[in-house]
Amino acid sequence: MLEIKNLVVQIEDKRILNGLDLTVNNGEVAAIMGPNGSGKSTLSYVIAGKEDYEVLDGEILLDGENILEMEPDQRAAAGIFLAFQYPLEIPGVATMTFLKSALNAQRRSRGEAELTTPDFIKRVNAAAGQLQIEKDMLKRALNVGFSGGEKKRMEILQMALLQPTFCVLDETDSGLDIDALRIVSEGVNALRAQDRSFLVITHYQRLLSHIVPDTVHVMANGRIVKSGGKELALELEANGYADYRQHAAAE
Amino acid sequence: MAAVTLMRTPAETALAQAFEAAKQKLPGDRDGRVKAFSDFIEVGLPHRRVEAFKYTDLRAAMREAAPFAERPSVEEANAALASAEAFAGLDAVRIAIVNGHVVPEASDLDGLPDGVEVVTTAEAHVSGHQLLGHLSPVPLAMENPVYRLNTAFLTDGVLIRVAANASVDRPIHLRFVTAGEGAVATATRTLVVVEEAASCTIFETHEGPNGVASQLNDVVEFVVADRAKVDHVRFNGTGDGALALSTLTARLGQHVSFDSFNAVIGGAISRHQVYVMFTGDHTLANINGATMIKARQHADSTLVATHAGLHCTSRELFKTVIDGDATGVFQGKIIVEPQAQKTDGRMMSASLLLSDGATMNNKPELEIFADDVQCAHGATSGALDEDLLFYIMARGVPKAEAESLLIQAFLGEAIEGVAHEGARESLIASVEGWLRARG
Repeated sequence: MLEIKNLVVQIEDKRILNGLDLTVNNGEVAAIMGPNGSGKSTLSYVIAGKEDYEVLDGEILLDGENILEMEPDQRAAAGIFLAFQYPLEIPGVATMTFLKSALNAQRRSRGEAELTTPDFIKRVNAAAGQLQIEKDMLKRALNVGFSGGEKKRMEILQMALLQPTFCVLDETDSGLDIDALRIVSEGVNALRAQDRSFLVITHYQRLLSHIVPDTVHVMANGRIVKSGGKELALELEANGYADYRQHAAAE
Repeated sequence: MAAVTLMRTPAETALAQAFEAAKQKLPGDRDGRVKAFSDFIEVGLPHRRVEAFKYTDLRAAMREAAPFAERPSVEEANAALASAEAFAGLDAVRIAIVNGHVVPEASDLDGLPDGVEVVTTAEAHVSGHQLLGHLSPVPLAMENPVYRLNTAFLTDGVLIRVAANASVDRPIHLRFVTAGEGAVATATRTLVVVEEAASCTIFETHEGPNGVASQLNDVVEFVVADRAKVDHVRFNGTGDGALALSTLTARLGQHVSFDSFNAVIGGAISRHQVYVMFTGDHTLANINGATMIKARQHADSTLVATHAGLHCTSRELFKTVIDGDATGVFQGKIIVEPQAQKTDGRMMSASLLLSDGATMNNKPELEIFADDVQCAHGATSGALDEDLLFYIMARGVPKAEAESLLIQAFLGEAIEGVAHEGARESLIASVEGWLRARG
């Protein structure tokens, strides 16, 4: 369960989040929708622990524990996973090496034994098969020369391997064609579980017809201005964000 | 003589005295030594107002001159060799050079592969061996003060001949080791003559004890005939007090493939000078390097590639990782002579600064006198990419380990060009060791 309470964040003296409150229960898929510049990506980075953001107030509790003082790697070991909007290319680091480093670092941090190589390879192959990731891709440097769709599938592969408890999907649908969107969504849906929750950030309702959310939250000017069920996404798709912009500006 | 005598530094005075005392005893071409030393002492140790030594001031680095090392006993040599680990696990023909002297008892001189002839430089000087005629194959190097000092003082080393058409699979490993607890000076000269259409792999490793301010001056020269192929991998793992000066010269014929890789991890102050000369047409040379330094280490890679043949290609990639208060230097010059049309030369120096105290000096130069050539150079210096670090950490990898992954990847781009798999793996292991020590 993730609880965000009165989160106030700025970057370079510019206020991005203005007292944001949000609770995502165990097993829940929560969608956040909102216009450009409403602070959606900032929220995802602040949850994952990116340094550039200054948290002025509030807290983020993962199962009751405030994660704001933790380093990004500690948050990951605690169960947070961010699927990046723009996954980074890491020249010279083979995908398998990267995956193994990540998996074993998390296991070490939780006091578990490192995986043996055959066990590791078995897990990667199983997850890669589901996401239609070619073995050849795993031999290449991480994300280098991958298409937009391949990069997003690689993010979901990492999610599947690392088995986080709280997943943030930052505009995972951007840059995906219909087939890739389906593969990625199926990958995410396969990971839905009682003890795992998701925060799905998107501009469009399209993704939410593949990954059907339990709750939908509208974000504007750095806070949640309306919450509802999955039908709220359809309403937004029909009416746009104009009402919420005015709503936020009026306050 | 009425000539004005310049003020000499204590080190220069000591070198002059050492040369006077040694010149009768040193083997071989005395006139050549006297000429080299007088050329050297006339201008003295190069300092920061000498352009080529602007970033590596040898007058400051050599306050005193260490005494030249005597030939070690076999026991001393074996003890020193026992603690030398670089490339030790690789199958190779070993030649041990301890304190500047070849140790036949610790070398495989009797088990040489077919087509390989080896004679020690000291013996060759006594016997007047014909291979001596190949020494100093690159005239430009003879103007270099470090090279001149080597010519004046050189004691030993090996002269290797790889016969025409011989394809020597087993690498020849030259193990340069400094022994003992006291600071010594050494000067070695090694020559590798690779005849037509022959091929060979040469490893050159340098190791010594920490905390000893030895002064090393090693020259390795290559004369590579037409259609020959050479892979050369050098590893500087000298002790943390050493002043390690080295020069590589290579004279390349036509349709030659010449690769030379230099890894630097050791030495208080090191300077590796490379002089490559393309004399024939359609020759390819890859001159690459990976340097990782920390604390107050200083590492200089200086390169002059002279293109005098048609359609030759040179590729230079130097990667430097600098931590602590260490200083890196890259000076690279590509000279294209008027007749060297269709030259394709690319030189790149990239450095990674891991700390606020880290310094990198880059000086790339092109001197092009032909009109139909492609030459490019580039130099970059920067810190580790924060966004990449965040991405890796967001997957659960602690910061130090994330940095190590990126540093390995950075150096890996240069190391992956090393053709010999065992050498490549040894170099990667050295990088990992360096990163572990960094913590």
